[in-house]
Amino acid sequence: MNWGSSFTRTNQTVMLRITGGTVYDPANGIDGEVKDLYIADGRFTSKFEAGHTIDATGLVIMPGGVDVHTHVAGGSINFARAMTPEDHRRTHAFIRSKTRRSGLGGMAPTTFATGYLYAGMGWTTVNEAAVPVLSARHTHEELRDIPIVDKSSLVLMANNEIILDLLEEGEDERAKHILAWHIWAAKSYGVKAVNPGGVASWKYGKDAKHLTSKIEGYDHITPGTIITKFAKMIDELGIPHPLHLHCNNLGAPGNVETTLETMRHLEGSRAHFAHLQYHAYGGDDWGNMRSEAAQLAEYFNAHPNMTTDAGAVLFGDTVTITADGPWQHLLYKLTGRKWGNLDVENETGCGIVPYTYRPSNLVNAVQWAVGLELLLLINDPWRVFLSTDHPNGACFWRYPEIIQLLMCADYRNECMASLPANIKNKISLPEISREYNLYEIATITSAGPARALGLSHKGNLGIGKDADIVIYHQDHDIARMFGHPRYVFKGGEIVIEEGDIRETPDGKEYLVQPAFDPEIDKFLRPLFEDRYCMSFENYPVEMERIENAQIQQCGIDPAEMGDSE
Amino acid sequence: MSGIILRLKQAPVVTLEAEIITPDRFAEMSHQEICSSIVYHGKRQLRLDEFFDVEGEYSANLTLHGDLNRVRHVGRGMTNGSVSIHGDIGMHLGAQMKGGSIEVFGNASDWVGAEMLGGKIHVHGAAGQQVGAAYRGSLAGMKGGLIIIDGSAGIEVGMRMRRGTIVIGGPAKDFVGLQMKGGTIILREGAEIRSGAWMQRGTIISLKPLSMMPTFAESGRFNPTFVSVYSRLLKPHGCELPNDQSAGYYQRYAGDRAVPGKGEILVWNDHATE
Repeated sequence: MNWGSSFTRTNQTVMLRITGGTVYDPANGIDGEVKDLYIADGRFTSKFEAGHTIDATGLVIMPGGVDVHTHVAGGSINFARAMTPEDHRRTHAFIRSKTRRSGLGGMAPTTFATGYLYAGMGWTTVNEAAVPVLSARHTHEELRDIPIVDKSSLVLMANNEIILDLLEEGEDERAKHILAWHIWAAKSYGVKAVNPGGVASWKYGKDAKHLTSKIEGYDHITPGTIITKFAKMIDELGIPHPLHLHCNNLGAPGNVETTLETMRHLEGSRAHFAHLQYHAYGGDDWGNMRSEAAQLAEYFNAHPNMTTDAGAVLFGDTVTITADGPWQHLLYKLTGRKWGNLDVENETGCGIVPYTYRPSNLVNAVQWAVGLELLLLINDPWRVFLSTDHPNGACFWRYPEIIQLLMCADYRNECMASLPANIKNKISLPEISREYNLYEIATITSAGPARALGLSHKGNLGIGKDADIVIYHQDHDIARMFGHPRYVFKGGEIVIEEGDIRETPDGKEYLVQPAFDPEIDKFLRPLFEDRYCMSFENYPVEMERIENAQIQQCGIDPAEMGDSE
Repeated sequence: MSGIILRLKQAPVVTLEAEIITPDRFAEMSHQEICSSIVYHGKRQLRLDEFFDVEGEYSANLTLHGDLNRVRHVGRGMTNGSVSIHGDIGMHLGAQMKGGSIEVFGNASDWVGAEMLGGKIHVHGAAGQQVGAAYRGSLAGMKGGLIIIDGSAGIEVGMRMRRGTIVIGGPAKDFVGLQMKGGTIILREGAEIRSGAWMQRGTIISLKPLSMMPTFAESGRFNPTFVSVYSRLLKPHGCELPNDQSAGYYQRYAGDRAVPGKGEILVWNDHATE
């Protein structure tokens, strides 16, 4: 039966009623109540006149998942696809059918498959977390080809030569206008900072591991100044999503000091810490690397200005991709596997290294534990979100496995039995007995990340909000339950039913348009003509390139966001 | 009679993707099922009997006749039984096979035994490129088993192989043992240039002088015992290795120092020709 064409239309309004389901809607404080949901024209409504009814008795209803940090489109993931042909042979293939395009799953899924896989497990909004302006046009073309889910993207700015030069000269106000200009030029939704100053130094073969490190080519600024100034600029511009920060010194033993120092720098500002797992290590060598998740979680719990996503690791094959070029070079040297490096002119860089996380490897085992520890030790689920930094820690389509690890302490203990014996005293996971409940899972997978992104109509089953819903069977096998939803609705339309793709509507793309001085063009143009390979006119992405663009307002008080209307 | 016989009656116009032709599948199929099993002629799905006359059923011993150089993936992933091919055969013969044996009375194309794990392939004619190699992007090629090519072979023999043995009876082209990580390659008629490039471990034995790369270092001459063991193992397949001290010695080269690797290339030096 084709649901898509079977809705009853009353006065041109598509109406749908979902009855009898057990609803988990953290944005409205609803924790497992049996409740009917009414949908008209893609949004929740308060009354039902006539239309189709779906009986969800005995089923679990949650808002559709929101991924706050993933890499699904653009130059780097495409480079990763090209670098891993061996994965394409062994992976899940989507065969073309009437409703869907062909594609491949695996470590770096193709565009259409990305949409099918996300929607297939009930995720309906994704945030592509790293876009250089120079490849923004390409990224938007790919995002356009990711069906079903809504999208947003963050522009990479914290190693941009023009902005760093201005900060070096103390021209902070002009830097802010240029930042706003770039956000609009890239048609992005917010700002990502990756290893601030470190990637700029990498262009000289160096790194900047600490907040006081020297940045090659600069005398007055340090990673510390870049981070604080960016956080301030973003708050002043009123961007809905705060500074999205990939800290310096990623992945290295002992880097918890750098992370804590970064958090101290950001007191009084909003900030989102990306993939915190990679920044929570103690020790000073690979041999004695240990988890410092407890220390980090303690500080984090006491500072409500911050949010984070876990960047959890699962054992298995994946491909790591990041703008953090120096780290990727180190990882390549450690593994001896393939290495790709991109230099994005004056803006940023990118490194690609295929990687296998093994339970027998002590470092990998610590990483696996740290991701879970952070999710379990940070006690406010509104501030820590489920992510694997796809595809870095694991592929996004493995989220159900992490949910199982969070909800079942017994299963966690079972998994810990396969870790090396000498991991004792290096991790605190064995002492943690906390188990997530469904309400908390709905918070970390949907309501929380939607609020952190400032998408108040997402992750919320309240009246007037987008009708993105996932409905699960109750199942003692948690991974199966979350991997195989009964229904997934996107904008009130059934897109997935019992594992089958029913409809593949195009998603929307969220942008912001922060205010900037229009005269700033006159300052930028000569710099471009002097330094860039691309002409100034061709650099900004045109609005026509964005399908279903939704411009979100800047300057709304963040404290008001996310709550019901 | 026992066994299944496939005779090519109509040569495919484009390549025929025929991974269905394995002892594992046919051992459990009736004559009817074999005839109606699906092969891909380019993008079109067609019945096997559009191309082959089929005799026999329920057998793990297959015999193929005809000019099969456009028929690909025969014996892919097979775990037991035998395939005997009378004629030339197309690409990916016995790729990823785990066991059983394949014998070709003719030439084979590229990727013979690519990423194979076990079993035996004997080609009485020549083979194409990438014998026992890793597919593009893979970390490891052949991981076990034995490949014997009586004739010549193309480039990248044993590329990234990890274990197993490859014997090339005729001359091989460039990059024998490229990025090799283990296993043994025996060259009875030598090879062209860049043998052992980027090799990390493993052994290449050449019975003819080789053009050595500068990143290999001479590291002694000897008559290793393992060569005699290999010779005994390979004798039933028509491949003996000289190792008599009175007849000559093996010059050992260590490398590839560019990686740096711990592989070795042994080149037979016959006293008579010195």
